[in-house]
Amino acid sequence: MRAFLLSRLSQSLVLLVIVSMIGFVILSISPGGPLSQQGLDPGMTQADIARIKEQLGLNRPLWIQYLDWAWRLVQGDWGHSFRGGTPVLTVIGRHVFATLLLMGTSTMIAIAVGTWIGIRGATHRYSLFDYLATAGAMVALSIPTFWFGLVGIYIFSLRLGWLPAGNMYTIGDGSALNYLHHLILPSIVLSLVHVAVWSRYMRTATLDAISQDFVKTARAKGVSERRVLMKHVVGNALLPMITLAGVQLPSILTGALVTETVFTWPGMGRLFLDSLNYSDYPVVMGLLMFSAVLVILGNLIADIVVAIVDPRIRLA
Amino acid sequence: MTALAVSTAPSRWWHSRAAYRFMNHRLALLGLAMITLLTLACVVGPYLLPYDSLNIDLRARFAPPMTGNHYLGTDPLGRDLAARLLMAGRISLLVGFSAMLISIVIGALVGVVAGYRGGWISAVLMRTVDGFLSFPSIFLVLALAAALRPSPLMITVIIALTKWMEVARIVETEVRSLREREFVQASRMLGLSGTHIMFREILPNAMGPIIVAASLTVARAILLEAYISFLGYGIQPPLPSWGNMLNGAQQYLASAPWLAIIPGAAITIAVTSFNFIGDGLRDALDVRNDHI
Repeated sequence: MRAFLLSRLSQSLVLLVIVSMIGFVILSISPGGPLSQQGLDPGMTQADIARIKEQLGLNRPLWIQYLDWAWRLVQGDWGHSFRGGTPVLTVIGRHVFATLLLMGTSTMIAIAVGTWIGIRGATHRYSLFDYLATAGAMVALSIPTFWFGLVGIYIFSLRLGWLPAGNMYTIGDGSALNYLHHLILPSIVLSLVHVAVWSRYMRTATLDAISQDFVKTARAKGVSERRVLMKHVVGNALLPMITLAGVQLPSILTGALVTETVFTWPGMGRLFLDSLNYSDYPVVMGLLMFSAVLVILGNLIADIVVAIVDPRIRLA
Repeated sequence: MTALAVSTAPSRWWHSRAAYRFMNHRLALLGLAMITLLTLACVVGPYLLPYDSLNIDLRARFAPPMTGNHYLGTDPLGRDLAARLLMAGRISLLVGFSAMLISIVIGALVGVVAGYRGGWISAVLMRTVDGFLSFPSIFLVLALAAALRPSPLMITVIIALTKWMEVARIVETEVRSLREREFVQASRMLGLSGTHIMFREILPNAMGPIIVAASLTVARAILLEAYISFLGYGIQPPLPSWGNMLNGAQQYLASAPWLAIIPGAAITIAVTSFNFIGDGLRDALDVRNDHI
């Protein structure tokens, strides 16, 4: 098991290096390069730009710039934002909470609702519920998250006036209830696709578990049907779901990016798009690396949790 | 299978069991009908509508649906929404379809080589696939699109580059099991080259999973184009796409909700249809697949 985790970790590290290289090259070949914003300033002379390049070390060969950047990154110096000169890690740090709050809430919704639909679909196979859930999941997977968000805002904010159309809280009101009120719509919007994914996997996993011998044994012993379902079937079906939660992370991050845009949610996704618009490359690069590390850590944690929970896998 | 062709009576594909099963899959038939209709409308429709998609009419700004001959209303510049929707459909469907073709070619190539050769080649290829599958590629895609300010062709290539991995994985699994079959061993004993066996013997037999992956990949490609264009980094105006039609729609959500609702509905219908077709094909061709 330790060997498995080590190989996964080293694989992830190699990937991280490749991704950072690709990102670095993309940003340095973009028109105007990292200084495109300053280049637009009419007060800047060629000499000024050359001086800034000299100061930032942008006149060196690309691979030296990369190694220099990577070495600083490892030491915790992720550079400074072009907007205001704040350290990149501080800028990202200000936006992490909002994204994690949104992702965490919608993941919990997705797991709760998806698990319920999946189990019910498996125990009532080929019923009307099962049929609707199957077709509904396919439609849910086809709806663009941002469009679902817009429709949600139109109905629940503009027409009915029940929920706020954006932002994480009302300025001047920092109460938990206010946060919760703002959280409802975006987290439901973000969870839609994942409810579909979870319910499909849970249905398959439950059907697999139902046909296992230990379920027959439990039934033969006279264990009540409800207990068989909750303890034996669901208990075993939930195990692969932990891995799935890790696998789903990139897609949740993608969803969070557009959800944050639609709901003006002050998270990392919005920060990424803002920074891209302003050609704030240190922050763009920082977020690229940060999201990669987040996903890798998530997958690693999922693997470890499975190893701990599943008695068949022993940590050596 | 030209080298070993055995003369058999020509079997017609519509008599096959797969075609029968597909024709009995109601959702798949619905999807097929909707895609046919949508494609026809996008190809022929713009010629039949009374307005050109680029025709600006500032007196008819923000007309709601069913105003005069503006069946779906007009946008902030008074352009006819129905005409724009159909022209955008051409772009979105074309980008989705082309991106699918490119990713199928790359994915099938990687999958066949990895599955047939095995060993370290397979290990390197498939670990690369795993790696890129587990990565939030949207950040990289957006950075690339922002840096290049790309043409529709480049957008298509960028989308294809993020979608080939799943095809590769499906094909690799299929090829690995086909490799051990008798007809492959026979070809090997006949002394046929590895390339011939991979692409003339094995690949035609792996077409089932590839076709299923193709229809699901079109769905995902259309969706990704919509995401990128919605965020402003995909297809650039004045060229309309379903995604970029939604780009400015949010600010008019209160006064002109149809600007947001209609293009999004078109995306949802197209993507749902391709997903239904994929599901029907999966059942018809009896492809086992744990991806959704």
